[in-house]
Amino acid sequence: MWPEGYESVTQAAAALSIALGVIFPALSIGWIGSKAMEAIGRNPEASGGILTTMILVAALAEAIAIYVLVVALAIKFVK
Amino acid sequence: MKIRFSRTGCLILTLTLLASIALCAVGVLLGGVVNKKAMMPEISLAAEEIPLPFSLPLFGNHIPNTLPATWLTMLLLILLGLSYRRALRKKGSTSRLVIAVEAIGEGMLRFMEGAVGEKARMFFPLVATFFLFIALSNWCGILPGFSSIGIWVPHHVEGAGEAAHEEGHEVLVPFFRSANAHLSTTLALAIVSVAAAQYFGVRVSGKHYWRRYLNFRATSPKPDPATQSLLQRLISKFARVVEAFVNGIVGLLEAMLEALKVLPFSFRLFGNIFAGEVLLFVVSYLFAFVFPVIFLGLELFVGLLQGVIFSMLTLVFFSIATASHHEEAQHH
Repeated sequence: MWPEGYESVTQAAAALSIALGVIFPALSIGWIGSKAMEAIGRNPEASGGILTTMILVAALAEAIAIYVLVVALAIKFVK
Repeated sequence: MKIRFSRTGCLILTLTLLASIALCAVGVLLGGVVNKKAMMPEISLAAEEIPLPFSLPLFGNHIPNTLPATWLTMLLLILLGLSYRRALRKKGSTSRLVIAVEAIGEGMLRFMEGAVGEKARMFFPLVATFFLFIALSNWCGILPGFSSIGIWVPHHVEGAGEAAHEEGHEVLVPFFRSANAHLSTTLALAIVSVAAAQYFGVRVSGKHYWRRYLNFRATSPKPDPATQSLLQRLISKFARVVEAFVNGIVGLLEAMLEALKVLPFSFRLFGNIFAGEVLLFVVSYLFAFVFPVIFLGLELFVGLLQGVIFSMLTLVFFSIATASHHEEAQHH
């Protein structure tokens, strides 16, 4: 796929894609956590349900970072 | 709390310990012999193909190495089901296995009823199967031997051709690879899930279900010649035409969204499990002992969580597909 001598470019592309791609999932996971803490603080009895939903939604946000990781791995390892 | 072991329990524990010590010893002794190159195994995004000495009808003379793992998961689930039936017939509902299986099943049903209410019983068989299959195959994927025991085959590099053969460049093709680290497995699961949502939708609301995708009707009232002037009638007629047009486009978009759901569904599961495998590879390459155990624990958690997420999303899609039009109007 790549001509000779372009390995450094693929390395940089893989590193940059993961570095840029995890910014927004990281922000969103932090936001989900903070909102869940707020909700538990307001309504401590509902903490069980809120915690379950929080983990579910956090995993959904994390999945976006996983897409980026797959793209980065594909850039690095698919030759 | 005092922990008591029965005699069989002690025997199994001792045998497991002895077997793991023996495996470690064999690994240390044969390390330089079996693993010709003590290096990080090559990571491949696609599932590797195991060459077979004979030919199979559908696969030819090689099978993807996720297939044995899928069979292993299926075998475990079928064995569990059969032994449950046997225990139920022999000892009735006092058997420990029966109680354990029923506790798991009932827990899943309660969880689903909390999410979608009384429709949970209709969706239970499929959604619970998704959960059991995905969670169990993810857990099988971190068993020792997965992605590490295999055979060396000559590496085929596209473009490099024969040159790679002559150098004797070989790659390790493991016999087992976690079932969900193959895009075909997760794609199949996702297609089943989306198709089943259409099935449940048609089953609950009949042919009205297709109106969700093919909708060329306007809902605003028809022009009334008795009370409205000509201009007013023309305006409301025009509004109805525009509404029908917009409804048609919205229906098309809904259909596209439904079909495209397959992609994030399959990529999420594949990405998580594949990334977990790569993580374990890299960590075990960097630190050989003790430290990877933390990541094994993480993978146990992620595997269960991915099963929960896949089945929960499937459940939610089923529940949206079976919501009647009336209920949907209330939601908006």
